[in-house]
Amino acid sequence: MTLLKRLVPVAVALVVAISPARALDIDVSSFTLANGMQVVVIPDHRAPVVTHMVWYKVGAADEPQGKAGIAHFLEHLMFKGTPKYPDGAFSRIVRANGGNENAFTSQDHTAYYQRVMKDRLPLVMELEADRMQNLVLTDETVLPERAVVQEERRERLENEPSGLLSEQLDAALFTAHPYGKPVIGWMPEVAALTRQDALDFYRQHYEPHNAILIVAGDVTPDEVKTLAERYYGPLENKRPAVERRRTTEPAPTAERRVIMRDARASTPSWQRQYLTPAARNLPAREELALSLLADIVGGGNQSRLYQKLTVEQKIAAYAGAWFSADMLDYGTLGVYAAPNTGVSVEQVEKAVDDVLADVAAKGVTQEELDRSRNSVIASSTYLLDSQDKLARVFGVALTTGQGIADVLDWEKDMATVTLEDVNKAARTAFERKASVTGILLPEAKAP
Amino acid sequence: MTRLFRTGLLTLSFLWAFMAAAHAFTIQEVTSPGGIKAWLVEEKAIPLLAMNFSFRSGSAEDPAGKEGVSEFLTGMMDEGAGDVLSQEFQKRREELAFRLSFSAGNDFFEGSFQTLTRNRAASVELLRLAVTSPRFDAEPLERVRQQFLLNVREKDQDPQSIAWQAWMEQIVPGDPYARRNEGTEQTMGAISADDLRATHRRIFSRDTLQVAVVGDITAAELGPMLDEIFGKLPEKAPEAPKLPDAKAAQGPKLQVIDRDIPQSVVVFGHEGILRSDPDFIPAYVMSEILGGGGLNSSLSEEIREKRGLTYGVGFGLSPSQRIGFYAGVLQTGNKTAAEALKVAREVMAKMAEQGPTQQQLDEAKTYLTGSYALRFSSNSAIADQLLGLQQQGLGKDYVEKRNAMVEAVTLDQVKAQAKRLLHPDRLIVTVVGRPEGLK
Repeated sequence: MTLLKRLVPVAVALVVAISPARALDIDVSSFTLANGMQVVVIPDHRAPVVTHMVWYKVGAADEPQGKAGIAHFLEHLMFKGTPKYPDGAFSRIVRANGGNENAFTSQDHTAYYQRVMKDRLPLVMELEADRMQNLVLTDETVLPERAVVQEERRERLENEPSGLLSEQLDAALFTAHPYGKPVIGWMPEVAALTRQDALDFYRQHYEPHNAILIVAGDVTPDEVKTLAERYYGPLENKRPAVERRRTTEPAPTAERRVIMRDARASTPSWQRQYLTPAARNLPAREELALSLLADIVGGGNQSRLYQKLTVEQKIAAYAGAWFSADMLDYGTLGVYAAPNTGVSVEQVEKAVDDVLADVAAKGVTQEELDRSRNSVIASSTYLLDSQDKLARVFGVALTTGQGIADVLDWEKDMATVTLEDVNKAARTAFERKASVTGILLPEAKAP
Repeated sequence: MTRLFRTGLLTLSFLWAFMAAAHAFTIQEVTSPGGIKAWLVEEKAIPLLAMNFSFRSGSAEDPAGKEGVSEFLTGMMDEGAGDVLSQEFQKRREELAFRLSFSAGNDFFEGSFQTLTRNRAASVELLRLAVTSPRFDAEPLERVRQQFLLNVREKDQDPQSIAWQAWMEQIVPGDPYARRNEGTEQTMGAISADDLRATHRRIFSRDTLQVAVVGDITAAELGPMLDEIFGKLPEKAPEAPKLPDAKAAQGPKLQVIDRDIPQSVVVFGHEGILRSDPDFIPAYVMSEILGGGGLNSSLSEEIREKRGLTYGVGFGLSPSQRIGFYAGVLQTGNKTAAEALKVAREVMAKMAEQGPTQQQLDEAKTYLTGSYALRFSSNSAIADQLLGLQQQGLGKDYVEKRNAMVEAVTLDQVKAQAKRLLHPDRLIVTVVGRPEGLK
């Protein structure tokens, strides 16, 4: 059956979280054009192929009040043409030149990319530079695309209860900050977005000084520099840079619980998310301590949660944890468990809490720390096999207030994390007041 | 259409010839001292090795009443082997940072293995144990059973899975292809260690083994490694009755499965062709123009771009070993399900009657030939491609010949394939949701 599931990769996608594995032994170079556009070059000479990406330092969390979803909607509309390359031409030209392309939006960035043979790099640069400033929108192209985005929302979120639940968890975790709003937007606001809303947002944020060019693949920094100066260099900033200032979350005062009953849920599930600072606001050692803590507590089947709930107590089919802080303002530390048949969510919640309390009280062992650190560092080599993932790691870092050095020094910083760093994180991270717990329960179908 | 035509002219100024330099690697055919064959691409840039391998037996051969046993086996292959118990195996795997996973399709059982060069010997030793002597101890077996039961229940509720499953039951009723690869609560609840042993014995034999290796290893090193990993497997699989060719039901058929969801999942299609069909390449080019992956397929243009009815529509050839399918899926609001399906039929009918334009064909060719190299841009991607070519019975020179075959396709050939393969009046359609105007 699965063989037949060939869904088209459509021109747009919400961003997929990038794991915190970042490191490496690569010769990355970076420079800035006179107009302020940053350029990053990541060499990979294995195949005559390049990945060309332009990242804008704007995402859903930068949207004006009442316009939820405009960043993502604009991402769709960026394919609708310019005077030089009218509607549909961009994609047709990329395709006719053997390229693959896509785009994605997150809370903190919007990015566009093409993968092409290296001799097509000038072509995709010309196209991307053109649409940075010359987008033309008409109701004829905007309105059907808004319907497409509404279908996307239904497909990704509304047709499955887990999608709707995760959106509610974000809304509950963030009291004031816009991370509480889904990237794709709430349906009533999406349904009301207009051509003018998109143009306003475009003109405010799509400028060379707000963009980062990342080229990975079979190119040299000199080649990229020459081409970037030719195609992106002449673009002028039309407005001063917009400072990215979002509301500060008030100090959390109450633990939150979101319980969703849905006939479409196949089995109960349990999860919890804790608010953390963003990576850029944490010293490297503290950030990495949190990420190692999440790995020791719930990364894979040697972890505390899997061993306790799944192997020993046999009450959960899966149990784990994750940490994600490559965001501009806040991060999240999450834990989850899927109860086995006949086991209640209360029972798995209690078992998870026991594991977390034990880690907070007694800490982790040096052996666990060494094992986790070695495995995370060793695994990072695999990242080098994917030009696309590697480019994304840099894109995410640079649009969330981190630097190239933060990525490259990762392994070095990793080595400095001590047992006490991890144990300190364990004592403070699992603060129930700063958390939201999500429970999904199947509901008997109406007769 | 005027606008499309204009942009088409613009596009032409960017067409290059793609015949040269599609790829930059050499495929070696390695035969181990023990007679095991593999395709190898040496790539020293990164201290990694990727190996994909498969056996020619999958879920379709699961015995009646044991549906899902191949799938169950995929979850047990890294849960202890030889003298190494499950927990120890997992611990060593984490220490060595190798990656190992298995998957069961209808026709093939596949393994994917990646290791760092510096840990290769120790990782390969564990792989050998997993491949030749998985343990199936009670603790991991019951633990993994819970995970697969959860998976079955999720599929029971997932609108896409429900729609595809129902479609398969409609098109090849009674055939093993129409069974659930992931099994049912009943079958997965009852599978025993003996069932898994029998399935391992059924699948893991050298006569149907195919291997692709890419990365930091030489041919001289690979030969002994192949013998180490696979050499102890039985020469031949146990005798089993060969499954007959699957027989496709004829449409039109429409089945609506009621679910209280805002969007209808519409699966539609009919019989297609086998990969061995002599006209597969022109048929493939036609199907890419009509409903293929990149943007701008005819179906996407009419249903998504012009009318905003869906986030994505795909429709393509899906050849299995005993039958080919030609099918696709779109998701659209319940209110617009009837309209979207109607447009899909019209687009198919137009393609069947008139075929594509010369310009559509030219653009499809430049895309398909130009993007072929992008499929070979990482070790793991190359390994994946090379194994797929072996499974389809294509030679290693296919990588060099493929673009020329696509180039050679003529408009007449594509039109003939459209006429031959597209039957919008005979579509089998399954819809999950509350579609208005369809029943």
